[in-house]
Amino acid sequence: MATNTLAANLKKSAIAALWLAFLTLPVMVIRVDTVEKTITWRWMHLLYMLVGSFVLAIAWHFMMDRRDRGAAARETEGGVQDSALSRTLNNPRVLRPLMALGFLVAATFPWVFSMYQTNILVSALIYVVLGLGLNITVGLAGLLDLGYVAFYAVGAYAYALLNYHFHLGFWTVLPMAAILGSFFGILLGFPVLRLRGDYLAIVTLGFGQIVKLVLENWNSFSFGPSGVSNISRPGLFGYSYSVEQATTYIYYIMLALVLLAILVTTRLKDSRIGRAWLALREDEIACQAMGIDNTRAKLMAFSLGATLAAVMGAVFAAKTTFINPASFSFMESAMILAIVVLGGMGSILGVILGAFLLILLPEYMRAFSEYRMLLFGATMILVMVFRPEGLIKARRKVYKINTETA
Amino acid sequence: MMEHTSKAVLSVRNMSMNFGGLRALSEVDIEVRQGEVVALIGPNGAGKTTFFNCITGIYTPTEGQVLAYPRDGKEKRINGMRTNHVCELGMARTFQNIRLFPSMTALENVMIGRHCRTKTGILGAVLRGAKTRREEQEVVDKSYQLLKKVGLEKVANEYSRNLPYGAQRRLEIARALATEPFLLLLDEPAAGMNPQETLELKEMVTRIREEFQVSVLLIEHDMKMVMSLSDRIYVMEYGRVISTGTPVEVSADPQVIRAYLGEESDA
Repeated sequence: MATNTLAANLKKSAIAALWLAFLTLPVMVIRVDTVEKTITWRWMHLLYMLVGSFVLAIAWHFMMDRRDRGAAARETEGGVQDSALSRTLNNPRVLRPLMALGFLVAATFPWVFSMYQTNILVSALIYVVLGLGLNITVGLAGLLDLGYVAFYAVGAYAYALLNYHFHLGFWTVLPMAAILGSFFGILLGFPVLRLRGDYLAIVTLGFGQIVKLVLENWNSFSFGPSGVSNISRPGLFGYSYSVEQATTYIYYIMLALVLLAILVTTRLKDSRIGRAWLALREDEIACQAMGIDNTRAKLMAFSLGATLAAVMGAVFAAKTTFINPASFSFMESAMILAIVVLGGMGSILGVILGAFLLILLPEYMRAFSEYRMLLFGATMILVMVFRPEGLIKARRKVYKINTETA
Repeated sequence: MMEHTSKAVLSVRNMSMNFGGLRALSEVDIEVRQGEVVALIGPNGAGKTTFFNCITGIYTPTEGQVLAYPRDGKEKRINGMRTNHVCELGMARTFQNIRLFPSMTALENVMIGRHCRTKTGILGAVLRGAKTRREEQEVVDKSYQLLKKVGLEKVANEYSRNLPYGAQRRLEIARALATEPFLLLLDEPAAGMNPQETLELKEMVTRIREEFQVSVLLIEHDMKMVMSLSDRIYVMEYGRVISTGTPVEVSADPQVIRAYLGEESDA
């Protein structure tokens, strides 16, 4: 049986490699120089093509077989098996020391590493919180929001404009941005209450575009494509500080906000509200028939997600001291969604990991900057094929039962 | 059998439901009294599930009155009331094609039923004060007790999608009971069950009625179960109630026999 599949796989891979080599022959092998009027035949490329695609095809078949065997094992056992990564990271004995180490690194980071590194980490942390926020809307409540970046823009412009016109400081605007964000969340939530799935995605996509277009074109309000510059950095009890110190300061602000966001989302997830969101995601009709107010649950999910995004927007504006509508394109929404999906819908640990991977990897892969998007796309496809539930699967809490209160 | 003089918990008067030009229900009168098990039977497409959807707020009836009498005794008109409010009022249902929350555990499925009887909001959930924790523990414990009542305590932490079919049906009943209903609406609870499971289900419904003091309205095709379990039966055909009475009366009604077996000339 095993040799059979192996032979079959080898055959399939060989055929695939031959086909690919044949199809790419004109591009890879023949080179026509129109100036010198010569034709070079690069036969070595054909060999590379054959060997390369053969190895890749073998690897692909091997992985697919492994996946199918895993699925079959799950079917027969009836239980839910987690991947090795999920199991390791969900094990408290591994997770606790890992968290302690992570916290230690996080706490000392700006003192050990350069300002450049700290800056990169700050943007990664911003995406962690954005991911956690979108995770509430998409991961927990199952409302596909493709215009999430609009709320991020609301927060950023709230701070930029209030700072520009009224010289309000960062700490004053932060709660205002949060309130504004939740307001916009509800504003978007109301018209889309009846929509689900694809329809919801399209409307939210439109909402994101509307916000961006307004910011781009309403010159008297948002200064159009040129954006707002010279935004104040966060105040520190009236002290002034250098740019380098500012990075460190914002880093710690972000660290605190990340911890807060993790706390809030973890607690919400395992609460009455979080369960209602899950039920909403799983079966809307049954959810309502069991006494959950769908409208309220949806609006809460939208507005909480939006609140986190708006707060991050304000931090982003304070960090870069300059914003323009280009920072709030659809690509950003797609990126945040990718973080949630890649990390694992509904899994908080997964989303954090996803944010670090998707934001830090491209930063450190600048060496292959031309292939960056190619690698990015390939990674996403591979994750979706082999781990459709994301890097880390969302775990349900195991509740402690007091049996004596019968 | 219960005495038939007790007061009504659900009274549907003259209810009709039109879908465009199609009249799915026509002047239906149905009453469920306290502590009764009432069955709604009829051929496929007679409008039984439409009736359920009308009284639980999924559809708004075109005409007529749907009146409910919750435990506090106040009459309440529930035509067009939102589904979640109907449930909150105390009418909980199960579904013909099981609608559990598949990737939640059995325990959590029941815990969802407690939602409308608990209060924790966003702030409470985030701060997780003593009150929230107490409420949460109460929800867990009560849900576990309910799982015990339907014999599913051993699989409390299994995902509901991994449970066998009969267990999923029972879990749906436990989830409905968690909302503390005065009227339990069961849509074909025995569908797809083998005779042994059906028998156990019947015993369970009887036990639940006694223990939780609920009235039961059920749609069912399994005649053996309907005849032995129900106090009264309503027979529907083409959106109308064609017969009503005790199991004995109904099974002797020529109209019912015709509806089920066809005209004599056809037979």
